Amino acid sequence: MIHQVEIRDLNFGYGEQLVLKGINLTVPKGSLVAIMGLSGCGKTTLLRLMGGQLLARQGSVRVAGQELNHMNEAQLYAMRRRVGVLFQFGALFTDLSVFDNVAFQMREHTRLPESMIRDLTLMKLNAVGLRGVQSLMPAELSGGMARRVALARATALDPALILYDEPFTGLDPISLGAIGRLIRQLNDALGATSVLVTHDVQESMKIVDYIYFVSDGVIVAQGTPEEIHASALPFVHQFVWGEADGPLPFHYPGPTLKMDFGDERGQA
Amino acid sequence: MRGAWGHGLRTVGDTTLSIVGRIGAVVLFLGQILRHSGTSFRRFGLVIREVYFAGVQSLIIILVSGLFVGMVLGLQGFETLQSYGSSESVGVLVALSLMRELGPVVSALLFASRAGSAITAEIGLMKATEQLSAMEMMAVNPLARVVAPRFWGGVISLPLLAVLFAAMGILGGFLVTVVMLGVDSGAFWSQMQAAVDFHHDILNGMIKSLVFGVAVSAIATFEGYEAPPTAEGVSGATTRTVVSSSLAILALDLLLTAFMMKGWN
Repeated sequence: MIHQVEIRDLNFGYGEQLVLKGINLTVPKGSLVAIMGLSGCGKTTLLRLMGGQLLARQGSVRVAGQELNHMNEAQLYAMRRRVGVLFQFGALFTDLSVFDNVAFQMREHTRLPESMIRDLTLMKLNAVGLRGVQSLMPAELSGGMARRVALARATALDPALILYDEPFTGLDPISLGAIGRLIRQLNDALGATSVLVTHDVQESMKIVDYIYFVSDGVIVAQGTPEEIHASALPFVHQFVWGEADGPLPFHYPGPTLKMDFGDERGQA
Repeated sequence: MRGAWGHGLRTVGDTTLSIVGRIGAVVLFLGQILRHSGTSFRRFGLVIREVYFAGVQSLIIILVSGLFVGMVLGLQGFETLQSYGSSESVGVLVALSLMRELGPVVSALLFASRAGSAITAEIGLMKATEQLSAMEMMAVNPLARVVAPRFWGGVISLPLLAVLFAAMGILGGFLVTVVMLGVDSGAFWSQMQAAVDFHHDILNGMIKSLVFGVAVSAIATFEGYEAPPTAEGVSGATTRTVVSSSLAILALDLLLTAFMMKGWN
Protein backbone atom coordinates (compact mmCIF):
# COMPACT_ATOMS: atom_id res chain seq x y z
CA MET A 1 0.00 0.00 0.00
CA ILE A 2 1.27 3.49 -0.89
CA HIS A 3 1.30 5.93 2.01
CA GLN A 4 0.84 9.66 1.50
CA VAL A 5 2.02 10.34 5.06
CA GLU A 6 4.33 8.09 7.03
CA ILE A 7 5.54 8.92 10.53
CA ARG A 8 8.05 6.69 12.30
CA ASP A 9 9.27 6.86 15.93
CA LEU A 10 8.52 10.56 16.17
CA ASN A 11 9.48 12.55 19.25
CA PHE A 12 8.74 16.24 19.48
CA GLY A 13 8.64 18.78 22.29
CA TYR A 14 8.65 22.46 23.14
CA GLY A 15 11.71 23.18 25.27
CA GLU A 16 12.33 20.35 27.72
CA GLN A 17 8.76 19.02 27.66
CA LEU A 18 8.00 16.24 25.17
CA VAL A 19 4.60 16.71 23.50
CA LEU A 20 4.72 13.69 21.20
CA LYS A 21 6.43 10.46 22.20
CA GLY A 22 7.26 7.61 19.86
CA ILE A 23 4.47 8.26 17.34
CA ASN A 24 4.05 5.75 14.49
CA LEU A 25 1.31 6.60 12.02
CA THR A 26 0.52 6.04 8.34
CA VAL A 27 -2.06 7.63 6.07
CA PRO A 28 -2.71 5.55 2.93
CA LYS A 29 -3.16 7.40 -0.35
CA GLY A 30 -6.79 8.34 -1.03
CA SER A 31 -7.96 7.81 2.54
CA LEU A 32 -9.47 10.17 5.08
CA VAL A 33 -7.89 9.71 8.50
CA ALA A 34 -8.89 11.40 11.75
CA ILE A 35 -6.61 12.16 14.69
CA MET A 36 -8.59 12.59 17.88
CA GLY A 37 -7.79 13.45 21.44
CA LEU A 38 -8.31 15.99 24.16
CA SER A 39 -7.21 19.61 23.88
CA GLY A 40 -3.47 19.92 24.38
CA CYS A 41 -2.75 16.24 23.68
CA GLY A 42 -0.54 17.09 20.68
CA LYS A 43 -2.91 16.60 17.71
CA THR A 44 -2.37 20.03 16.16
CA THR A 45 1.37 19.70 16.72
CA LEU A 46 1.22 16.43 14.77
CA LEU A 47 -0.61 18.21 11.93
CA ARG A 48 1.98 21.00 11.89
CA LEU A 49 4.74 18.40 11.65
CA MET A 50 3.02 16.91 8.58
CA GLY A 51 2.91 20.37 6.96
CA GLY A 52 6.56 21.06 7.77
CA GLN A 53 5.70 24.03 10.02
CA LEU A 54 7.54 22.19 12.79
CA LEU A 55 10.44 19.78 12.40
CA ALA A 56 10.78 16.54 14.33
CA ARG A 57 13.48 16.26 16.98
CA GLN A 58 13.79 12.53 16.49
CA GLY A 59 12.20 10.13 14.05
CA SER A 60 10.95 10.60 10.55
CA VAL A 61 8.03 12.42 8.89
CA ARG A 62 7.59 11.52 5.21
CA VAL A 63 5.04 13.16 2.93
CA ALA A 64 4.63 11.68 -0.56
CA GLY A 65 7.79 9.69 0.11
CA GLN A 66 9.90 12.75 0.93
CA GLU A 67 11.54 13.20 4.32
CA LEU A 68 10.55 16.65 5.65
CA ASN A 69 13.44 16.87 8.11
CA HIS A 70 16.00 16.93 5.29
CA MET A 71 14.29 19.58 3.16
CA ASN A 72 15.60 23.11 2.68
CA GLU A 73 13.21 26.09 2.46
CA ALA A 74 12.78 25.86 -1.33
CA GLN A 75 12.03 22.11 -1.20
CA LEU A 76 9.59 22.64 1.65
CA TYR A 77 7.73 25.33 -0.30
CA ALA A 78 7.67 23.08 -3.38
CA MET A 79 6.13 20.29 -1.25
CA ARG A 80 3.53 22.68 0.22
CA ARG A 81 2.20 23.52 -3.24
CA ARG A 82 0.75 20.01 -3.19
CA VAL A 83 -0.72 20.40 0.30
CA GLY A 84 -3.91 22.23 1.29
CA VAL A 85 -4.56 23.28 4.88
CA LEU A 86 -7.83 24.26 6.48
CA PHE A 87 -7.12 26.22 9.67
CA GLN A 88 -9.33 26.07 12.74
CA PHE A 89 -11.11 29.37 12.08
CA GLY A 90 -10.45 29.53 8.34
CA ALA A 91 -7.60 32.06 8.48
CA LEU A 92 -9.01 33.88 5.45
CA PHE A 93 -7.05 36.96 4.39
CA THR A 94 -9.16 39.75 5.82
CA ASP A 95 -7.96 42.37 3.33
CA LEU A 96 -9.03 40.28 0.31
CA SER A 97 -12.52 39.44 -0.95
CA VAL A 98 -13.84 35.86 -0.98
CA PHE A 99 -12.99 35.59 -4.68
CA ASP A 100 -9.44 36.91 -4.18
CA ASN A 101 -8.90 34.55 -1.23
CA VAL A 102 -9.72 31.51 -3.36
CA ALA A 103 -7.78 32.85 -6.35
CA PHE A 104 -4.75 33.72 -4.18
CA GLN A 105 -2.70 30.57 -4.78
CA MET A 106 -3.54 30.44 -8.49
CA ARG A 107 -2.23 33.99 -8.89
CA GLU A 108 0.87 33.28 -6.77
CA HIS A 109 1.87 29.92 -8.22
CA THR A 110 0.53 29.71 -11.77
CA ARG A 111 0.73 31.78 -14.91
CA LEU A 112 -2.88 31.17 -15.82
CA PRO A 113 -4.71 34.03 -17.56
CA GLU A 114 -7.13 35.98 -15.35
CA SER A 115 -10.14 34.68 -17.31
CA MET A 116 -9.19 31.08 -16.50
CA ILE A 117 -8.47 31.95 -12.84
CA ARG A 118 -11.95 33.46 -12.70
CA ASP A 119 -13.57 30.28 -14.05
CA LEU A 120 -11.56 27.98 -11.75
CA THR A 121 -12.28 30.15 -8.72
CA LEU A 122 -16.01 30.17 -9.41
CA MET A 123 -15.92 26.38 -9.84
CA LYS A 124 -14.22 26.00 -6.46
CA LEU A 125 -16.74 28.33 -4.82
CA ASN A 126 -19.58 26.49 -6.53
CA ALA A 127 -18.30 23.19 -5.10
CA VAL A 128 -18.77 24.57 -1.58
CA GLY A 129 -22.07 26.24 -2.50
CA LEU A 130 -20.84 29.80 -2.13
CA ARG A 131 -20.50 31.15 -5.67
CA GLY A 132 -22.99 33.84 -4.66
CA VAL A 133 -20.72 35.41 -2.02
CA GLN A 134 -17.66 35.92 -4.24
CA SER A 135 -17.62 39.71 -3.83
CA LEU A 136 -18.08 39.73 -0.04
CA MET A 137 -15.25 40.35 2.42
CA PRO A 138 -14.45 37.66 5.05
CA ALA A 139 -15.83 39.88 7.84
CA GLU A 140 -19.25 39.71 6.15
CA LEU A 141 -19.43 35.88 6.32
CA SER A 142 -20.83 33.65 9.06
CA GLY A 143 -18.48 31.16 10.75
CA GLY A 144 -19.77 28.26 8.65
CA MET A 145 -19.51 30.20 5.41
CA ALA A 146 -15.97 31.33 6.24
CA ARG A 147 -15.00 27.69 6.86
CA ARG A 148 -16.47 26.69 3.47
CA VAL A 149 -14.62 29.49 1.68
CA ALA A 150 -11.44 28.37 3.44
CA LEU A 151 -12.15 24.85 2.20
CA ALA A 152 -12.48 26.15 -1.37
CA ARG A 153 -9.19 28.00 -0.92
CA ALA A 154 -7.44 24.94 0.55
CA THR A 155 -8.39 22.90 -2.54
CA ALA A 156 -7.68 25.68 -5.07
CA LEU A 157 -4.68 23.92 -6.62
CA ASP A 158 -6.13 20.38 -6.33
CA PRO A 159 -3.74 19.29 -3.57
CA ALA A 160 -2.64 15.71 -3.09
CA LEU A 161 -2.84 16.05 0.70
CA ILE A 162 -5.36 18.12 2.67
CA LEU A 163 -4.84 18.83 6.37
CA TYR A 164 -7.83 19.92 8.47
CA ASP A 165 -7.26 21.53 11.86
CA GLU A 166 -10.47 21.30 13.94
CA PRO A 167 -12.80 22.02 10.99
CA PHE A 168 -15.98 21.55 13.08
CA THR A 169 -15.18 23.91 15.97
CA GLY A 170 -17.89 26.47 16.70
CA LEU A 171 -20.28 25.45 13.91
CA ASP A 172 -24.03 25.05 14.11
CA PRO A 173 -25.36 21.50 13.36
CA ILE A 174 -26.36 22.34 9.76
CA SER A 175 -22.98 23.92 8.89
CA LEU A 176 -21.23 21.08 10.71
CA GLY A 177 -22.99 18.45 8.61
CA ALA A 178 -22.35 20.41 5.41
CA ILE A 179 -18.61 20.78 6.15
CA GLY A 180 -18.35 17.09 7.03
CA ARG A 181 -19.96 16.01 3.75
CA LEU A 182 -17.81 18.45 1.76
CA ILE A 183 -14.62 17.11 3.32
CA ARG A 184 -15.53 13.57 2.24
CA GLN A 185 -16.77 14.60 -1.22
CA LEU A 186 -13.74 16.79 -1.98
CA ASN A 187 -11.34 14.08 -0.84
CA ASP A 188 -12.95 11.56 -3.20
CA ALA A 189 -13.53 13.93 -6.12
CA LEU A 190 -9.94 15.23 -6.08
CA GLY A 191 -8.42 11.80 -5.42
CA ALA A 192 -6.66 13.42 -2.48
CA THR A 193 -5.61 12.15 0.94
CA SER A 194 -6.94 13.94 4.01
CA VAL A 195 -5.93 14.15 7.65
CA LEU A 196 -8.49 15.54 10.05
CA VAL A 197 -7.67 16.71 13.55
CA THR A 198 -10.86 16.96 15.59
CA HIS A 199 -12.72 16.51 18.87
CA ASP A 200 -16.00 15.86 17.12
CA VAL A 201 -16.41 12.11 17.42
CA GLN A 202 -19.93 11.70 16.04
CA GLU A 203 -19.45 13.83 12.89
CA SER A 204 -16.03 12.47 12.02
CA MET A 205 -17.12 8.84 12.58
CA LYS A 206 -19.55 9.33 9.68
CA ILE A 207 -16.92 10.42 7.15
CA VAL A 208 -13.48 9.03 8.00
CA ASP A 209 -11.84 5.72 7.03
CA TYR A 210 -9.54 5.34 10.01
CA ILE A 211 -9.03 6.94 13.43
CA TYR A 212 -6.00 7.46 15.65
CA PHE A 213 -6.54 8.41 19.29
CA VAL A 214 -3.79 10.48 20.91
CA SER A 215 -3.51 10.96 24.64
CA ASP A 216 -0.63 12.58 26.47
CA GLY A 217 1.51 12.53 23.33
CA VAL A 218 1.08 8.80 22.64
CA ILE A 219 -1.23 6.94 20.23
CA VAL A 220 -3.42 4.98 22.62
CA ALA A 221 -5.88 3.44 20.14
CA GLN A 222 -6.53 3.15 16.43
CA GLY A 223 -8.99 1.50 14.09
CA THR A 224 -11.87 1.94 11.68
CA PRO A 225 -14.92 3.87 12.93
CA GLU A 226 -16.72 0.55 13.56
CA GLU A 227 -13.80 -0.81 15.59
CA ILE A 228 -13.55 2.42 17.59
CA HIS A 229 -17.29 2.42 18.21
CA ALA A 230 -17.13 -1.11 19.58
CA SER A 231 -13.89 -0.57 21.50
CA ALA A 232 -13.85 -1.61 25.15
CA LEU A 233 -10.75 0.45 25.95
CA PRO A 234 -11.74 2.71 28.87
CA PHE A 235 -10.19 5.87 27.36
CA VAL A 236 -11.83 5.33 23.95
CA HIS A 237 -15.15 4.47 25.58
CA GLN A 238 -15.09 7.63 27.70
CA PHE A 239 -14.14 9.80 24.71
CA VAL A 240 -16.62 8.30 22.22
CA TRP A 241 -19.54 8.37 24.63
CA GLY A 242 -18.60 11.71 26.16
CA GLU A 243 -18.55 10.47 29.79
CA ALA A 244 -17.57 13.11 32.33
CA ASP A 245 -15.53 10.75 34.50
CA GLY A 246 -13.33 7.79 33.65
CA PRO A 247 -9.63 7.23 33.02
CA LEU A 248 -9.50 10.98 32.41
CA PRO A 249 -10.75 12.35 35.76
CA PHE A 250 -13.37 15.11 35.92
CA HIS A 251 -11.36 16.92 38.61
CA TYR A 252 -8.01 18.48 37.76
CA PRO A 253 -5.42 17.24 40.28
CA GLY A 254 -5.12 19.59 43.27
CA PRO A 255 -5.25 19.75 47.07
CA THR A 256 -7.85 17.55 48.73
CA LEU A 257 -11.26 18.96 49.68
CA LYS A 258 -10.29 18.68 53.33
CA MET A 259 -7.21 20.83 52.77
CA ASP A 260 -9.12 23.54 50.84
CA PHE A 261 -12.28 23.69 52.96
CA GLY A 262 -11.53 21.96 56.22
CA ASP A 263 -8.19 22.14 57.99
CA GLU A 264 -7.05 25.55 56.80
CA ARG A 265 -10.36 27.16 57.75
CA GLY A 266 -10.14 25.54 61.11
CA GLN A 267 -6.68 26.93 61.65
CA ALA A 268 -7.59 30.47 60.55
CA MET B 1 23.54 48.83 50.46
CA ARG B 2 25.95 46.80 48.35
CA GLY B 3 23.09 44.50 47.41
CA ALA B 4 20.96 47.44 46.27
CA TRP B 5 23.84 48.81 44.16
CA GLY B 6 24.41 45.38 42.66
CA HIS B 7 20.75 45.00 41.89
CA GLY B 8 20.62 48.47 40.29
CA LEU B 9 23.72 47.77 38.22
CA ARG B 10 22.31 44.43 37.09
CA THR B 11 19.03 46.11 36.06
CA VAL B 12 20.92 48.73 34.04
CA GLY B 13 23.02 45.99 32.42
CA ASP B 14 19.98 43.84 31.61
CA THR B 15 18.10 46.82 30.13
CA THR B 16 21.10 47.87 28.04
CA LEU B 17 21.61 44.33 26.76
CA SER B 18 17.92 44.04 25.96
CA ILE B 19 17.92 47.35 24.01
CA VAL B 20 21.07 46.41 22.08
CA GLY B 21 19.62 42.96 21.39
CA ARG B 22 16.39 44.52 20.13
CA ILE B 23 18.28 46.89 17.82
CA GLY B 24 20.30 43.93 16.52
CA ALA B 25 17.12 41.95 15.90
CA VAL B 26 15.57 44.85 13.93
CA VAL B 27 18.75 45.17 11.81
CA LEU B 28 18.74 41.40 11.09
CA PHE B 29 15.04 41.63 10.22
CA LEU B 30 15.82 44.52 7.86
CA GLY B 31 18.36 42.24 6.17
CA GLN B 32 15.66 39.57 5.76
CA ILE B 33 13.28 42.14 4.24
CA LEU B 34 15.92 43.25 1.74
CA ARG B 35 16.64 39.61 0.86
CA HIS B 36 12.94 39.00 0.17
CA SER B 37 12.25 42.26 -1.66
CA GLY B 38 12.38 40.76 -5.15
CA THR B 39 8.62 40.13 -5.25
CA SER B 40 7.92 43.75 -4.27
CA PHE B 41 9.86 45.05 -7.27
CA ARG B 42 8.59 42.43 -9.73
CA ARG B 43 4.98 43.12 -8.68
CA PHE B 44 5.20 46.81 -7.93
CA GLY B 45 1.40 47.02 -7.61
CA LEU B 46 1.77 45.48 -4.14
CA VAL B 47 4.00 48.40 -3.10
CA ILE B 48 1.74 51.00 -4.72
CA ARG B 49 -1.16 49.64 -2.67
CA GLU B 50 0.86 50.13 0.52
CA VAL B 51 1.93 53.65 -0.57
CA TYR B 52 -1.79 54.39 -0.74
CA PHE B 53 -2.51 52.98 2.73
CA ALA B 54 0.58 54.38 4.46
CA GLY B 55 1.10 57.57 2.44
CA VAL B 56 -2.09 58.82 0.84
CA GLN B 57 -4.18 58.05 3.91
CA SER B 58 -1.69 60.01 6.08
CA LEU B 59 -2.02 63.10 3.89
CA ILE B 60 -4.65 64.88 5.96
CA ILE B 61 -2.77 64.70 9.26
CA ILE B 62 0.51 65.66 7.53
CA LEU B 63 -0.93 68.61 5.61
CA VAL B 64 -2.91 70.05 8.52
CA SER B 65 -0.02 69.62 10.96
CA GLY B 66 2.38 71.20 8.45
CA LEU B 67 0.10 74.21 8.07
CA PHE B 68 -0.17 74.77 11.82
CA VAL B 69 3.55 74.26 12.46
CA GLY B 70 4.35 76.78 9.71
CA MET B 71 1.90 79.30 11.16
CA VAL B 72 3.36 79.01 14.65
CA LEU B 73 6.90 79.29 13.27
CA GLY B 74 5.84 82.42 11.37
CA LEU B 75 4.33 84.01 14.47
CA GLN B 76 7.27 83.18 16.74
CA GLY B 77 9.83 84.13 14.11
CA PHE B 78 8.11 87.43 13.32
CA GLU B 79 8.04 88.49 16.95
CA THR B 80 11.70 87.65 17.56
CA LEU B 81 13.02 89.06 14.29
CA GLN B 82 10.99 92.25 14.62
CA SER B 83 12.96 93.20 17.73
CA TYR B 84 16.14 93.08 15.58
CA GLY B 85 14.46 95.00 12.74
CA SER B 86 14.70 92.11 10.30
CA SER B 87 11.15 90.80 10.15
CA GLU B 88 11.48 90.38 6.32
CA SER B 89 13.82 87.43 7.02
CA VAL B 90 10.99 85.46 8.59
CA GLY B 91 10.54 83.51 5.32
CA VAL B 92 14.12 82.25 5.57
CA LEU B 93 13.61 81.15 9.16
CA VAL B 94 10.41 79.30 8.33
CA ALA B 95 11.82 77.60 5.23
CA LEU B 96 15.14 76.53 6.76
CA SER B 97 13.51 75.25 9.96
CA LEU B 98 11.02 73.22 7.99
CA MET B 99 13.36 71.83 5.35
CA ARG B 100 16.29 70.98 7.59
CA GLU B 101 14.56 69.77 10.75
CA LEU B 102 10.87 70.11 11.35
CA GLY B 103 9.70 68.73 8.00
CA PRO B 104 11.60 65.42 8.19
CA VAL B 105 11.34 64.98 11.98
CA VAL B 106 7.72 65.98 12.64
CA SER B 107 6.38 64.21 9.55
CA ALA B 108 8.31 61.06 10.59
CA LEU B 109 6.88 61.26 14.12
CA LEU B 110 3.37 61.67 12.73
CA PHE B 111 3.97 58.88 10.22
CA ALA B 112 5.15 56.55 13.01
CA SER B 113 2.03 57.18 15.06
CA ARG B 114 -0.44 57.02 12.18
CA ALA B 115 0.95 54.58 9.60
CA GLY B 116 3.62 52.75 11.64
CA SER B 117 1.19 51.69 14.33
CA ALA B 118 -1.34 50.63 11.66
CA ILE B 119 1.28 48.47 9.91
CA THR B 120 2.23 46.81 13.22
CA ALA B 121 -1.40 46.17 14.17
CA GLU B 122 -2.26 44.75 10.74
CA ILE B 123 0.71 42.35 10.58
CA GLY B 124 0.27 41.42 14.26
CA LEU B 125 -3.41 40.60 13.75
CA MET B 126 -2.62 38.63 10.60
CA LYS B 127 -0.25 36.57 12.74
CA ALA B 128 -2.75 36.18 15.59
CA THR B 129 -5.48 34.98 13.21
CA GLU B 130 -3.11 32.48 11.51
CA GLN B 131 -3.19 34.36 8.20
CA LEU B 132 0.62 34.38 8.04
CA SER B 133 0.74 30.65 8.84
CA ALA B 134 -1.89 30.03 6.14
CA MET B 135 0.25 31.93 3.67
CA GLU B 136 3.33 29.90 4.60
CA MET B 137 1.35 26.70 4.14
CA MET B 138 0.37 27.92 0.67
CA ALA B 139 4.09 28.10 -0.14
CA VAL B 140 4.03 31.91 -0.13
CA ASN B 141 6.64 33.58 2.05
CA PRO B 142 4.92 36.24 4.25
CA LEU B 143 8.17 38.23 4.37
CA ALA B 144 8.02 38.65 0.61
CA ARG B 145 4.24 39.00 0.21
CA VAL B 146 3.21 40.92 3.34
CA VAL B 147 6.22 42.50 5.03
CA ALA B 148 8.43 43.75 2.16
CA PRO B 149 5.66 45.64 0.29
CA ARG B 150 4.65 47.42 3.51
CA PHE B 151 8.28 48.26 4.24
CA TRP B 152 8.88 49.75 0.79
CA GLY B 153 5.51 51.51 0.88
CA GLY B 154 6.67 53.32 4.03
CA VAL B 155 10.15 54.08 2.67
CA ILE B 156 8.67 55.67 -0.47
CA SER B 157 5.87 57.53 1.31
CA LEU B 158 7.76 59.30 4.08
CA PRO B 159 10.09 61.55 2.00
CA LEU B 160 7.10 62.60 -0.13
CA LEU B 161 5.07 63.37 2.98
CA ALA B 162 7.99 65.37 4.44
CA VAL B 163 8.16 67.51 1.28
CA LEU B 164 4.43 68.17 1.46
CA PHE B 165 4.69 68.94 5.19
CA ALA B 166 7.42 71.53 4.50
CA ALA B 167 5.44 73.03 1.59
CA MET B 168 2.32 73.38 3.72
CA GLY B 169 4.42 74.84 6.55
CA ILE B 170 5.85 77.51 4.24
CA LEU B 171 2.32 78.30 3.07
CA GLY B 172 1.21 78.58 6.73
CA GLY B 173 4.14 80.89 7.49
CA PHE B 174 3.26 83.01 4.44
CA LEU B 175 -0.40 83.30 5.50
CA VAL B 176 0.48 84.44 9.01
CA THR B 177 3.40 86.76 8.29
CA VAL B 178 2.52 88.23 4.89
CA VAL B 179 -1.29 88.12 4.80
CA MET B 180 -1.98 88.74 8.49
CA LEU B 181 1.06 90.64 9.85
CA GLY B 182 1.92 92.64 6.73
CA VAL B 183 5.47 91.41 5.97
CA ASP B 184 6.41 92.30 2.40
CA SER B 185 5.60 89.43 0.07
CA GLY B 186 8.56 90.07 -2.27
CA ALA B 187 11.02 90.14 0.63
CA PHE B 188 9.50 86.96 2.11
CA TRP B 189 10.00 84.92 -1.09
CA SER B 190 13.20 86.51 -2.44
CA GLN B 191 15.11 86.18 0.84
CA MET B 192 13.94 82.60 1.12
CA GLN B 193 15.07 81.87 -2.45
CA ALA B 194 18.48 83.40 -1.81
CA ALA B 195 19.06 81.60 1.50
CA VAL B 196 17.82 78.09 0.78
CA ASP B 197 20.46 75.85 -0.79
CA PHE B 198 19.30 72.82 -2.74
CA HIS B 199 22.05 70.51 -1.56
CA HIS B 200 22.48 71.64 2.06
CA ASP B 201 18.86 72.21 2.89
CA ILE B 202 16.48 70.39 0.55
CA LEU B 203 18.56 67.31 -0.32
CA ASN B 204 19.80 66.82 3.25
CA GLY B 205 16.21 67.05 4.49
CA MET B 206 15.19 64.42 1.95
CA ILE B 207 18.06 62.15 3.01
CA LYS B 208 16.93 62.48 6.62
CA SER B 209 13.34 61.57 5.82
CA LEU B 210 14.50 58.61 3.72
CA VAL B 211 16.57 57.28 6.66
CA PHE B 212 13.61 57.87 9.01
CA GLY B 213 11.38 56.04 6.52
CA VAL B 214 13.68 52.99 6.61
CA ALA B 215 13.86 53.08 10.42
CA VAL B 216 10.13 53.53 11.07
CA SER B 217 9.07 50.95 8.46
CA ALA B 218 11.61 48.39 9.71
CA ILE B 219 10.53 48.87 13.34
CA ALA B 220 6.80 48.77 12.47
CA THR B 221 7.03 45.59 10.39
CA PHE B 222 9.39 43.93 12.91
CA GLU B 223 7.13 44.63 15.87
CA GLY B 224 4.09 43.31 13.97
CA TYR B 225 5.87 40.17 12.76
CA GLU B 226 7.30 39.37 16.19
CA ALA B 227 4.17 40.32 18.18
CA PRO B 228 2.83 37.62 20.51
CA PRO B 229 -0.36 36.33 18.81
CA THR B 230 -2.77 37.70 21.42
CA ALA B 231 -4.80 40.90 21.79
CA GLU B 232 -2.44 42.06 24.54
CA GLY B 233 0.60 41.15 22.42
CA VAL B 234 -0.59 43.17 19.42
CA SER B 235 -1.49 46.16 21.57
CA GLY B 236 1.95 46.07 23.23
CA ALA B 237 3.66 45.81 19.84
CA THR B 238 1.75 48.85 18.54
CA THR B 239 2.85 50.89 21.55
CA ARG B 240 6.46 49.73 21.12
CA THR B 241 6.39 50.79 17.47
CA VAL B 242 5.43 54.36 18.34
CA VAL B 243 7.87 54.65 21.25
CA SER B 244 10.85 52.96 19.53
CA SER B 245 10.26 54.79 16.24
CA SER B 246 10.06 58.18 17.96
CA LEU B 247 13.30 57.57 19.87
CA ALA B 248 15.00 56.21 16.75
CA ILE B 249 13.93 59.26 14.72
CA LEU B 250 15.31 61.71 17.30
CA ALA B 251 18.56 59.78 17.79
CA LEU B 252 19.12 59.41 14.03
CA ASP B 253 18.32 63.08 13.54
CA LEU B 254 21.10 64.04 15.94
CA LEU B 255 23.58 61.76 14.15
CA LEU B 256 22.58 62.87 10.66
CA THR B 257 22.60 66.56 11.59
CA ALA B 258 26.09 66.20 13.05
CA PHE B 259 27.31 64.50 9.86
CA MET B 260 25.60 67.01 7.61
CA MET B 261 27.05 70.01 9.45
CA LYS B 262 30.53 68.51 9.04
CA GLY B 263 29.78 67.91 5.34
CA TRP B 264 30.01 64.09 5.65
CA ASN B 265 33.82 64.24 6.10
